[in-house]
Formats: sequence, C-alpha cells, structure tokens
Amino acid sequence: MKIEVLGSGCRKCSKTAEEINTAGAELGADFSVEKITDPKVMMQYQVMRTPAVVIDGKLVHSGSVPNRDTIRNWFE
Amino acid sequence: MLEIFTHFADWLAYAVLGLDPASRFGSAVHFFIEDTSKILVLLMVMIYVIGLARASLDLERVRAFLQRKHRFAGYLFGSGFGAITPFCSCSSIPLFLGFTSAGIPIGVTMAFLLTSPVINEVAVVLLWSLLGWKFTLAYIVVGMSVGILGGLLLDRLRAERWLQDFAARAYQQAGDQADASHRAQTAPGTMTLSERHEFAKNETLEIAGRIWKWVLIGIGIGAALHGFVPEGWFERQFGAGQWWSVPAAVLAGLPLYSNATGVIPVLESLLEKGLPLGTTLAFCMSVVAASIPEFLLLKQVMLWRLLALLFAILLISFILVGWIFNAIAPWLDIV
Repeated sequence: MKIEVLGSGCRKCSKTAEEINTAGAELGADFSVEKITDPKVMMQYQVMRTPAVVIDGKLVHSGSVPNRDTIRNWFE
Repeated sequence: MLEIFTHFADWLAYAVLGLDPASRFGSAVHFFIEDTSKILVLLMVMIYVIGLARASLDLERVRAFLQRKHRFAGYLFGSGFGAITPFCSCSSIPLFLGFTSAGIPIGVTMAFLLTSPVINEVAVVLLWSLLGWKFTLAYIVVGMSVGILGGLLLDRLRAERWLQDFAARAYQQAGDQADASHRAQTAPGTMTLSERHEFAKNETLEIAGRIWKWVLIGIGIGAALHGFVPEGWFERQFGAGQWWSVPAAVLAGLPLYSNATGVIPVLESLLEKGLPLGTTLAFCMSVVAASIPEFLLLKQVMLWRLLALLFAILLISFILVGWIFNAIAPWLDIV
C-alpha cells in the first residue's frame, strides 16, 4: 500500500512517518511512506490540520501524531 | 488562589532552606521559587485544558459557521477563533487553504491568521500570572482589534489578488460552489474522550518540555533586573515622552521570537523599573507574534507583496498600540 504523510515538514509530521515505518516493518507489511509538503495536495484532500495521513488516495487521519494502535489497524 | 505559591516559596526558602527573609539573597531565592513554581504549574494546566479544547474543536464546523456569518460578524468571530486556536507554523497553511477554498472572505481568514499568533495560551498564562488580569485583558482586546482591523483593511485592498495562483483559483471557484461533490471527503470522525485526553497530555509534555528552560532563564534575568537595576531607570531612559522608544521596542522584539516564554517574565521587572506600559505592551506583542521564519512559510500560499503587507500591518499596529497605551496609561492604572 501507498502511504502519504501530509504536513509542512514539522516535527510532528516526521514523527508520524517514523511511527508508520516502525509499525509497518514490525508487521512485515508491504508499503511505502512518502512525506508530502506541497500545500496543493493538502488542499486537494481538504486537510485543515496536519499531520494528515492518506492511504492509497484516501484520507484516514488528520490533526495529530496517530497512536500505535491506530497505525496497526491501517495495516490490517 | 495564587497565594498557594507564595506559601510554598515561604516554606521552601525560609523553613526548609533556612534563608533569612530580610536578606537580599533570601528574597531573591523566594522570588525565583515563587515565580517558577507558579508559572510552570499554571502553564501545564492551561496547555492541557487548551489541548482538550483543541481536540474537541471541529475546524470543519468552525469553517461552516464562518461561511454562514455576515462579513462583519465574520471578522469578529474569525479573530475570536484565532485567539483560541493556537498558531503553529505547521497548521497555518492547511488552515489558510481550507478557509480560502471554502470561499470565506479573505479578510476573515486574515483576521484569524493575524490574531492567532498574537494571542496564545502560553503568553496569556505568563501575562496573567506575572502582570495581572488587567494587563492580560488589555493585551487580548488589543490583539483581537489588530486582527479585526487588519482583516477589514485587507478585504478593502482586495488582498486575494496577491495569493499564489492555485489558492486564488480555489478562492474564486468556491464562489461558484461548483465542487460540492469533491468536498464530500471530510476528515475522519471526532475523537473519543480518552483520545482527547491523550492528545492534550502529549501536547502538555511536548510544549512544557520545550519551554521550561526559557521560563527559568527569563525568571532568572527578571530576578537579576529586580535586584540590580535602580528604580525608575527605564523611566528616565525610555520614558513615555520619548516617542522613539516604542518603535525601538518593537524592532528589538522581532529577533526574540523563539524566546517568547523567556521574555515575558523579564517584562515584569521592566515594568517595575519604570518602562512605560505602552512600550512594554508593544515589545511583548512583537516578541510573541512577529516571527520572520513562520511568516516566510506563508510564501507558499501568498505573493511577496501580501506577505510584506501583513508584516507591515503587524509592526505598524504594534507601534500604534504602544503610543496609544503610553498616552492613556495614566488613566488606566493597570500595573
């Protein structure tokens, strides 16, 4: 699956990407994580709070660093 | 309510450490213990409460609310929401675009954007605990006025001309309401109570972990000024009669942004030593609100012209605020 982390490149966004990478590796999932800072993309998804997470083109989270359980759920 | 911290400092400095309340060192240590314990506790509580509120605040609903409002009520509410929503460089851009692409008048969004950095929970707690509620209230009223008037002015100037292309297009399209289907995808549902608690807890730890040292440094400098600068020194140097002291204070505040938490405790001592109220207020706003690095981020959605205009609006209004408050300070009896 293709995971995108939307945000202006602040610390919370990097942390979100990191957490997803860790969880994904632990679960042995097949995935890629990309950090996106382009404001046009944020507008496209109507995201008003970052960090936001988009999986395969669908917005699944926005406004905070997601907790571990939430991330694990995405991989299942 | 806040006397508890005085009692705590009494107990720690005089009973436990055995210092003499009459000695200079004893009173300095007392001052330091009282201020640090008071500020750190208030900050933690306040950041937590604001964090809870923020986790519960639904920006989509705020936006829908602003869309329905008449333009002039919009400035007021835009500024009000800006005051309670903390500004962070990470959220300003998506928020700006979210509002703009929903067709909210550019001035209302600007009222939000101008007020948000001026009034934030950390500054309010520090001002309230150190300088009292009157100063804090004056600060909030003035901060919101800057946002409201700035928003009005920017609408008058038709500031939407100076947005980056894609943002300007989105703003125009929103007027036609053509993309209703596209808007069907909204953010995932609201958070549960325990998620809100977790969010607020994380915020508190994150912010407190970042700023505690600045608070200590600021109070240390404040304590030093308190002890060593002669009474009324600032009054003689930068008294209200010297018109240039206000612009000088605003310029001096610009580079101090990252240390906002360290600067406010110093203000207490500056006021005490006779720095005029308006000059102090102008300095405070400049330190808290005008951050060049955060401003530059807005370049992604605005042209230079608008960016420079926004910055100029902030600086000029801080200077005006300083002059006005210096002029009316004798009738205010704030400090």
